[in-house]
Amino acid sequence: MKRFAAWTAFLLGSLIFILPLFGMTEFSLSMRRGEYSFDAYASVLADPQFRETFTYSVVMALFTIVFGILLVVPTAYWVRLKMPGLRPVVEFITLMPLVIPAIVIVFGYIRLYNTSSWLPLTGSAMGTNILLMFGYTALALPYMYRAVDTGLRSIDIATLTEAAQSLGAGWTTIFARVILPNVFVAVLSGAFLTFAIVIGEFTLAALLNRPAFGPYLQLVGANKAYEPSALAVISFAITWLCMGLIQIVARLAPKPPAQPH
Amino acid sequence: MSQTSTLGRWLSPQWFGVAPFFLFAFLFLILPALAIVIGAFRGADGGFTFDNIVGLNTPTIRNAYWVSIRVSFWSALLGCTIGFAMAAAATMGAMPRFIRSPLLTFSGVASNFAGLPLAFAFIATIGPAGLITVWLRTEFGINLRGATGFNLFSTTGLIVTYLFFQVPLMILIITPALDGLRREWREAAEILGATGAQYWRMVAFPILLPSLMGTFALLFANAFGAVATAFALAGPQLNIAPILLFSQIRGDVLGSPGLGYALAFGMIVITGLANALYLWLRARTERWQK
Repeated sequence: MKRFAAWTAFLLGSLIFILPLFGMTEFSLSMRRGEYSFDAYASVLADPQFRETFTYSVVMALFTIVFGILLVVPTAYWVRLKMPGLRPVVEFITLMPLVIPAIVIVFGYIRLYNTSSWLPLTGSAMGTNILLMFGYTALALPYMYRAVDTGLRSIDIATLTEAAQSLGAGWTTIFARVILPNVFVAVLSGAFLTFAIVIGEFTLAALLNRPAFGPYLQLVGANKAYEPSALAVISFAITWLCMGLIQIVARLAPKPPAQPH
Repeated sequence: MSQTSTLGRWLSPQWFGVAPFFLFAFLFLILPALAIVIGAFRGADGGFTFDNIVGLNTPTIRNAYWVSIRVSFWSALLGCTIGFAMAAAATMGAMPRFIRSPLLTFSGVASNFAGLPLAFAFIATIGPAGLITVWLRTEFGINLRGATGFNLFSTTGLIVTYLFFQVPLMILIITPALDGLRREWREAAEILGATGAQYWRMVAFPILLPSLMGTFALLFANAFGAVATAFALAGPQLNIAPILLFSQIRGDVLGSPGLGYALAFGMIVITGLANALYLWLRARTERWQK
């Protein structure tokens, strides 16, 4: 009886996921009348705008990841090592993007950094790109910080730092050759999550008028019939890939082997 | 503590390590939020005013907030209920253990699958020409919209669509709480003659209640700020707070910049309250999970 109820609840609940995933896949394959085909995918892949916007978003994601790592890892490291009293403050700040909706944050950007302000970032395409990257970094901050902080918890950073210092290493060396390699797995999972967030992000890119993948999706969704489903399947595959890579990386987490040098 | 030592503490080289982070947070998180708050209380002449906040009290804006709150409330409530049922089914021993790990992995993926592609998936499934809509019509002669009044491009449709990321988020958050229910509690209840229902009502549920309510608040905030899915489903004419704000930023549809800031300020207040509730309840929950 209990078993039956559990299975029923579980299977009924999974319909919320199975049906849309099945629906979008089926729809994306039915562009040709009467038979299944990959026409919708071919149409999407042949669209030069698809390639341009997708490339743009991938590049933005990579820059966001690099910037996010450079911002978060030293901070999390420093707070753990030297200023543990600051932890609640830093944690609170990293949670802010979950409290303030993205659309409000970007509204603030437009008000603060418009062409007539003291820092006219939106005045040029490059400036807007940089502002967008900062925005993406802010959106990914909660996930990136938590991943890195968890990674740092599992290593003894105080001892590692002292050992490196007694061998004459400066801060850059300590960061690049001691700390970063040790939290590499955590950083990678933060990076994949950042990638998944940035690649399809719509609100920031649309309101800052950048040719990203998100606004392109909106355009296709408003004008085409079968292509949106193909794009949904592709997006879902990318999300799966990112999350799958996080799992694999976490499982492969090297118990650092004694490397002969 | 003397003046100089305080100053010396503030100027200590330690701060250089966290300076870039605080500079970033100040410029791209705190200052933008402050700019909105200040803008909400500043009149066209630059002076302090409550006019913008009072100005929110128009039928359109009131309705936008109200629809947003309703959509967030129902999607959070249904998300909590369904997510809880699924998590309980998978973790409480009624189903084989191998289900648990894939369920959590899948939830991680699904809770991150939002935005436009999610809307496309639902349009392809229960939209006017979607798989299920067409199947019901051709096989059973049922007109989904005519028979049930269901329309994907309405608030009901929005609630159903949001479930796709609300349910897995609930599963991810509530599973650790369910794991925290000790076997001894159940055994103790059974020894004292409690039925399964009594155990749930008088032991498990009260312990889980802060978790459940906290997660509800989080799901509420999660749905409240979502723009992209709603935008793709119903377009700019759907009157919910985030979309109204989107149109306002694009083209000042409210006819007053100050009113736009007030609208955004109201959103921060609502999501802020929901999150504060979540954090407070989570702190209460952790007492039981030690």
